[in-house]
Amino acid sequence: MSDASLITPDARPGRPRKFRAATAEAAPARLALIGIALTGVAILILAPLATVFAEALADGWAAALASLTKPDARSAIQLTLLITAIALPLNAAFGVAAAWLITKFDFRGKAFLITLIDLPFSVSPVVAGLCIVLLFGANSLIGGWLVAHGLPIVFAIPGIVLATVFVTFPFVARELIPVMIEQGRTEEEVALTLGASGWRVFWTVTLPNIRWALLYGALLCTARAMGEFGAVAVVSGKIRGKTATMPITIEMLYNEYLSVAAFSMAAALTALALITLTLKTALELRHADQLAAIRRH
Amino acid sequence: MTISITGLTKSFDATQVLRGIDLKVEDGELLALLGPSGSGKTTLLRIIAGLEWPDAGQLVVAGQDWLALPAQKRRIGFVFQHYALFPHMTVRDNIAFGLTVRPRSERPAPAQIDATVDNLLNLLQIPHLADRFPGQLSGGQRQRVALGRALAIQPAVLLLDEPFGALDAAIRRDLRRWLREVHEKTGSTTIFVTHDQEEAFELADRVVVMGDGQISQIGTADEIHDHPASAFVAQFMGASITLPVTLRGGRAEAPGLDARELMTCAEADGPGQLHLRPDSIALESDPASPWVLTRKDSNGTDLRLVLTGPDDSQIDVDLPRRGAPALVVGGHFRLRPLWGAMFSDAGPVAPAAPIRLSA
Repeated sequence: MSDASLITPDARPGRPRKFRAATAEAAPARLALIGIALTGVAILILAPLATVFAEALADGWAAALASLTKPDARSAIQLTLLITAIALPLNAAFGVAAAWLITKFDFRGKAFLITLIDLPFSVSPVVAGLCIVLLFGANSLIGGWLVAHGLPIVFAIPGIVLATVFVTFPFVARELIPVMIEQGRTEEEVALTLGASGWRVFWTVTLPNIRWALLYGALLCTARAMGEFGAVAVVSGKIRGKTATMPITIEMLYNEYLSVAAFSMAAALTALALITLTLKTALELRHADQLAAIRRH
Repeated sequence: MTISITGLTKSFDATQVLRGIDLKVEDGELLALLGPSGSGKTTLLRIIAGLEWPDAGQLVVAGQDWLALPAQKRRIGFVFQHYALFPHMTVRDNIAFGLTVRPRSERPAPAQIDATVDNLLNLLQIPHLADRFPGQLSGGQRQRVALGRALAIQPAVLLLDEPFGALDAAIRRDLRRWLREVHEKTGSTTIFVTHDQEEAFELADRVVVMGDGQISQIGTADEIHDHPASAFVAQFMGASITLPVTLRGGRAEAPGLDARELMTCAEADGPGQLHLRPDSIALESDPASPWVLTRKDSNGTDLRLVLTGPDDSQIDVDLPRRGAPALVVGGHFRLRPLWGAMFSDAGPVAPAAPIRLSA
């Protein structure tokens, strides 16, 4: 091949040649892709978010705040936070235990267990709620006994916790399993040969290795626990001021045409989700060097 | 600590990985387990460490039954092939790990731990890396840290799994010499696994050649080199050429073969195999020989020759370029091996140790 054929028209003297990365697209394609992505984000995410806050503040800040400080509203917020505070540690513990079991041991029925962990993803939350009612309702064997001993499950906080834990069960385990599989067992084996007990291995070697995955799982779990509607709607009985969580309250207020109150509550719920997200981003920024070091390893 | 292993067997599912291992390791010895992948050497190492349990057999260390001890109680220093440093800990914390995880009653004082780690950092020649994280180290540096972490607990036995497998050639040579020095200073009984015969022979006092879950031969570098116990060992030692020969009175005979330089062997008369290394064959021009030089290449220091013989069989011969005789492609040559191992199809004539070599 002659050298002449390699020279492109761009290579005229006095004009700097422009290169672009081999994987980069031409300008029109790039603009089109960016346009589609931005439009999608705007229509599907930003617009609803803005609407929620706009509707909430339709009658001004005072009205929105007043609707949130009513006893029923405060009870709903407290209940949602309480349920999340109970469900999160439970699921973190279940998730770590399940991921540990699946990745560190070989046993029969492992594939079945993994499928079982995923079950809450595929079962409708309403069905899950119904199952809890059937199992623990006052008419059932267990439920009857529990009610008789002053510990009602359905239409009470334990039922809501059960429903929430069920629905959010896979989040932590699902985040942890791939990370733990990739990490393998070698580091734990080193720690064992160096004389560390099982607990110490977990605290000093395993947990630091999975902490980021655990955090992501926990954040997803938190967001879902706060927002869960279907399963909780069935088991809670929607008793205002008692078993109505934030999502349930939003629906009830909306059905009663109390749009400012409904959207204020919705805005509060959204704000909680945004706080969770901000927390995650802040942690990532703060530990960016550490994250990079671990990934490079 | 002397290690005594008897009748060790181990299967994973249907595959038998160890088929009866008997081995005695002397106190302070540096022993290599050498074998191709799948020979069971790593499994044997992991059983000694307590990371794997045998199906049958005994493992006694300094008079103590180690199969009754969990890994934590054995005081093992285990260095993994890919180091497995704790990524979230500094080099200092990595090395100190085995001391800091001890129960409070057995744990040395913090100042003492620091002193131990400082000593090790100096011994490992990496005091400047103390506060780095593993992600910021090169392969050779990681290897040193991994060894330091294992040595910190003053292990009864030091076990290394392919310690230099992931490093490039120049660093390997350095680390090898350095490991030898460390072993001389610490004096701990050391077993390392490798598939690299050069590494095994250069570093170890004795080498255990393993193949297919069994020990094929145990000996010093010279013993194994001079008297490979089986065709497998000979081949693993680099004898990549197998010639069909007729054995008569302990000598190999074949057309175009001049076995004068080889010592007689104690193998039965009849058909057999002669195992040769490409770099231990001299060529002599001989028009009557069936071996024809068909290819001649050079890598700068050595000539790489291909000879084609009876039945179109081909063999490789490597000769130093300097001092090589004039070689013309198409010429006929007689093979005069300087080293070789012969095995009769009928087996040895007597149980006495056979001699199969010349200088």
